[in-house]
Amino acid sequence: MHGSSGSAVPAVAVEKLVKTFKTVEAVKGIDLVVHPGETFGFLGPNGAGKSTTIKILCTLADATSGSARVAGFDVATERDAVRRSIGLVFQEPTLDGYLTAEQNLKFHGELYGVDKSSAAQRRKDVLEMVGLWDRKDDLVQTFSGGMRRRLEIARGLLHSPKVLFLDEPTIGLDPQTRASIWQYLGELHKREEITVFVTTHYMDEAENCDRIAIIDQGRIVALDTPEALKAGVGKDRVSIATADDVAAITALKDKFGLEAKMVEGLVTFSVAEGAAFVPQLFEKLGVAIKSVAVARPTLDDVFLNFTGTSLRDAEQKGGFNPMAARFRGR
Amino acid sequence: MADTLTHTAIARVVVPKGGFGHELRATLVVWNRELIRFRRDPARVISSVIQPLLFLFVLGGGLSALVASGTGGVDFKTFLFPGVMSMSVLFTAAFAGISMVWDREFGFLREMLVAPVSTAAILTGKCLGGASVATLQAVIVILLAGLVGVPYDPLMILELLVLLFIMSFMITALGLVLASRVKQVQSAMPLVQMIITPLMFLSGALFPLSRLPAWLTVVTHINPMTYAVEPVRAVVFDRLNMSTEARAILDPGIWWGSYQVPLLLQVALVIASSLLLLLLAVKLFNRTE
Ligand SMILES: Nc1ncnc2c1ncn2[C@@H]1O[C@H](COP(=O)(O)OP(=O)(O)O)[C@@H](O)[C@H]1O
Ligand SMILES: [Mg+2]
Repeated sequence: MHGSSGSAVPAVAVEKLVKTFKTVEAVKGIDLVVHPGETFGFLGPNGAGKSTTIKILCTLADATSGSARVAGFDVATERDAVRRSIGLVFQEPTLDGYLTAEQNLKFHGELYGVDKSSAAQRRKDVLEMVGLWDRKDDLVQTFSGGMRRRLEIARGLLHSPKVLFLDEPTIGLDPQTRASIWQYLGELHKREEITVFVTTHYMDEAENCDRIAIIDQGRIVALDTPEALKAGVGKDRVSIATADDVAAITALKDKFGLEAKMVEGLVTFSVAEGAAFVPQLFEKLGVAIKSVAVARPTLDDVFLNFTGTSLRDAEQKGGFNPMAARFRGR
Repeated sequence: MADTLTHTAIARVVVPKGGFGHELRATLVVWNRELIRFRRDPARVISSVIQPLLFLFVLGGGLSALVASGTGGVDFKTFLFPGVMSMSVLFTAAFAGISMVWDREFGFLREMLVAPVSTAAILTGKCLGGASVATLQAVIVILLAGLVGVPYDPLMILELLVLLFIMSFMITALGLVLASRVKQVQSAMPLVQMIITPLMFLSGALFPLSRLPAWLTVVTHINPMTYAVEPVRAVVFDRLNMSTEARAILDPGIWWGSYQVPLLLQVALVIASSLLLLLLAVKLFNRTE
């Protein structure tokens, strides 16, 4: 079926999308196209506008201006058609803890009008896929955070959506569970014809996507495959701990012409062939160096390159997000 | 992680293009969820049965000696029986409606509202659920009828169940209207108390409204609960051997000036109020997200 429905129709097409809350301009003109069948990542710090964009795409919020189409339907004028075509896993949990896992799925199936003759088989399939079939009769309130997330993913898939939206599906989970969630998402394409649109503020997770858009303060600053984005940086990142950071930054500028910044407490700069540069550094810097680390470019460097701050620093500065704060506080 | 994945392809399921059948399924499943949750919460069942019992036997028993001279020979507990039944229904139904605040807090409201069905279908399911749960609880009070001198007349019981179902549908819809405005879980219960308690006192559930000062009579006439409680009382009193004087004191009926409002019109008013409240709730919930 891949392509028979016409790869001409993008899974998601967004044009000049703007969303303004009373005082906050959360999304400041986003353009993007997601192709059918790809896993598309939306990477950005807290408060960047990821959830706001997803809510517009899912018809849960109206755009201030601009347009968006999902699975070929306009989110503003063809609301129900969009809703039938998408699966959703929100940043905040949306399960009923007083129902069992299977009852939550049954509820969803009825709400989406899933064909009765195949509904039971489908429930079994999606529960098996996320490894929860043997827990189907347990109340969801007894589930761990990771199990709930998996159940939500299963539920999002229940009605065979064309596009699955996941908003920070791994937030608040331990690294091992995070990895398993991504494994499920990776395996999805082997089993379903589906486009996955996923947001995250973990750059290591964005590496799992076919293409990513980096979003900062409501704008897309870069959009490409992870490899292309990293290659585009073209430089390694060198981080040094020194006896006198201010003197080191001045010396780097004067002696090597390099712009260095403090990033997470280390003097950090980018230079081509970082490893080969280190001997020169010791020879000529004139400030005592306590440690050196050289790293191949990561998506964080891409972020740094386009925005001038590291993802983690942007995170700390990021706008206060009442919803996120509320749920973290739980 | 030990979760191994099987690589068999999953058959796609078909999601229909909406229509009445789909809306109906959504309504039924929301309704069913209320029943499942009710079964899972025995504490709620027990506590909502205890309260009417206290009213009937402690308040009713305590006051019966005091008011004996004014009831035309009828036991005050017997008088109280229809009122207590209405009261138990009132609180359970109001809670069922306001529980939407918890659904919002725990995110489940979003799961419902983002589905490709109308808000009306979902809220109708919620009202039917609240009405079923409240009516089920009233059955327990009805079982006590013999203890207060009310006969177990099958037709009476049937009429009561229908009337209580309509009454609780209306109150659940009212609870939904409130829930659409309340965002904080901790203010939900106080708000219910604040709205429901005056509705109850000004409905004639606990004492005949004919004794109230004139200005309060106006309030009781715009209180939809008045028109829901009176038929319940009439249905019970019809089965009692009661002097016409006693009936006139204890169940004077509802009078708009010199016009006595017939029972069927009262029921029609309750149904109309239910639909209006439901419509209002749909409007308010459509706007929230
Ligand atoms: N309902 C709202 N009212 C006002 N401001 C909001 C609302 N929702 C989000 N915002 C603001 O919009 C910005 C983007 O938020 P969000 O889309 O949640 O970011 P992200 O999901 O990337 O963390 C933030 O500054 C946030 O505080
Ligand atoms: Mg978010």
